[in-house]
Amino acid sequence: MSEAKVEYATDYKPLHDGSLNLARGHRIQYEQVQGCDVLLYPEGVVQLSESAAMILKQVDGQRTVIDIAAELNRMFPEDGDLTADVRGFLEVAHARGWIA
Amino acid sequence: MHEGGLPSSTSAIPLIKPPLWLLAELTYACPLQCAYCSNPVDYAGHGKTMDTETWLRVLRDARQMGALQLGLSGGEPLVRQDLEVLVTEATRLGYYSNLITSGIGMDAERARSLKAAGLDHIQVSFQSSEANQNDEIAGMRAYAHKVDMARAVKAAGFPMVLCFVLHRDNLHRLREMLDLAIDLEADYVELATTQYYGWALLNRDRLLPTLEQVREAETVANEYQARLRSKMDIYFVVPDYYENRPKPCMNGWGSVFLLVTPDGTALPCHAARQLPGFEFPNVQTSSIKEIWQTSDAFNRFRGNAWMKEPCASCPEKEKDYGGCRCQAFQFTGDAAATDPVCDKSPLRHLVDEAISSARTTTIEKPIIFRNPKNSDRHTVKLAELTK
Ligand code: SF4
Ligand code: SF4
Repeated sequence: MSEAKVEYATDYKPLHDGSLNLARGHRIQYEQVQGCDVLLYPEGVVQLSESAAMILKQVDGQRTVIDIAAELNRMFPEDGDLTADVRGFLEVAHARGWIA
Repeated sequence: MHEGGLPSSTSAIPLIKPPLWLLAELTYACPLQCAYCSNPVDYAGHGKTMDTETWLRVLRDARQMGALQLGLSGGEPLVRQDLEVLVTEATRLGYYSNLITSGIGMDAERARSLKAAGLDHIQVSFQSSEANQNDEIAGMRAYAHKVDMARAVKAAGFPMVLCFVLHRDNLHRLREMLDLAIDLEADYVELATTQYYGWALLNRDRLLPTLEQVREAETVANEYQARLRSKMDIYFVVPDYYENRPKPCMNGWGSVFLLVTPDGTALPCHAARQLPGFEFPNVQTSSIKEIWQTSDAFNRFRGNAWMKEPCASCPEKEKDYGGCRCQAFQFTGDAAATDPVCDKSPLRHLVDEAISSARTTTIEKPIIFRNPKNSDRHTVKLAELTK
């Protein structure tokens, strides 16, 4: 089990351009005790940073990487273009098997 | 509990984090008789199994303390007819619930009703990929039913972990096991080499594989993982006897893991009950909060102030927490000693001797199966073994 923060994996699995969904058996939930969102999956839990949670919550089985980046850019116009960050994070999430 | 890498606390005063993992051992009853079972050898003499109401309270109290992952285990948890009631409450409370089962006691109908109750995931354990060997190790005819049940679990829509417990007699079948896992569409495969506690310790000479077997198995596991990348995750747990550093046991004593036994005893790990000089609290007489935060048992090895040399001045102590307290006790008689798996331990030779002893043990030596009769017979013997 891990509460590890997201680290960038070295071997990316190519992230597809289609709709993204949370992987089977994965779910996100807010935890009062820890004061943050967590990602839960079989026998595991990862504490999510605020930005990681923000991005993962957009993963709904409909939206693609481009849609999600556009949504984040709409939410945080003051932060400049977030597309590369969003894609980078989703690539890691995909490589870790959190999203499919 | 797959990934390591927990954030380390740098202070000597331990920070008490929430008990993220609650393992509920709902019963010691089990139709199987696995010779590596992690249940205590003296289980037959333990107290009364707790009723539904008490377990419901444990679930609520632990959740309030921040427990998130719930393991429903045993024995065989499916033996309990109130399992669906417990799962329903776990769902309501927001646990991620994992059922850890041998598959015996499951049928398609029950898989569906557990799904309806909100169970999140099922882990099915196999003794082997080959029917006869499986049934021999399990001590009953179980294999065909297990295969059917694994299919029923997937058909009901669960993510499924298949767990193969590996040891000397079945390691050579690793390819077959992984092929079976592919066939059954497992989402994760845990290749768990036996850990030597409880019944497995009693049978260690017969179960411990050779180093050659382990390395060969690692190669096979890596080959399959490379091939299956996006479909199935494979976790291979190497027996720590062949490592030169111990495992970060339970991510540290009293750090994330809380186990409650069928009679309500609260433990920081599966094997802790054997440790002398402890009075482990019981959930029927203490609150989960007291148990986790203030009980002597859960604080005894928290943090690192309790450590002796060579751990006390070792730069790696935040990484492995000095290893496993039970393993230290089993080998050295001192639960606060460095886990002798570590090659910095002056007692590492004890582990090497255990390896040689297993090497020279032939298959003629009988295996001791886990059942109530053997539990009574071997309770004393184990006390001798852990000198
Ligand atoms: S390891 Fe085997 S005997 Fe022990 S509880 Fe599990 S299935 Fe039963
Ligand atoms: S001496 Fe202790 S802390 Fe250092 S590596 Fe060995 S077990 Fe770990």
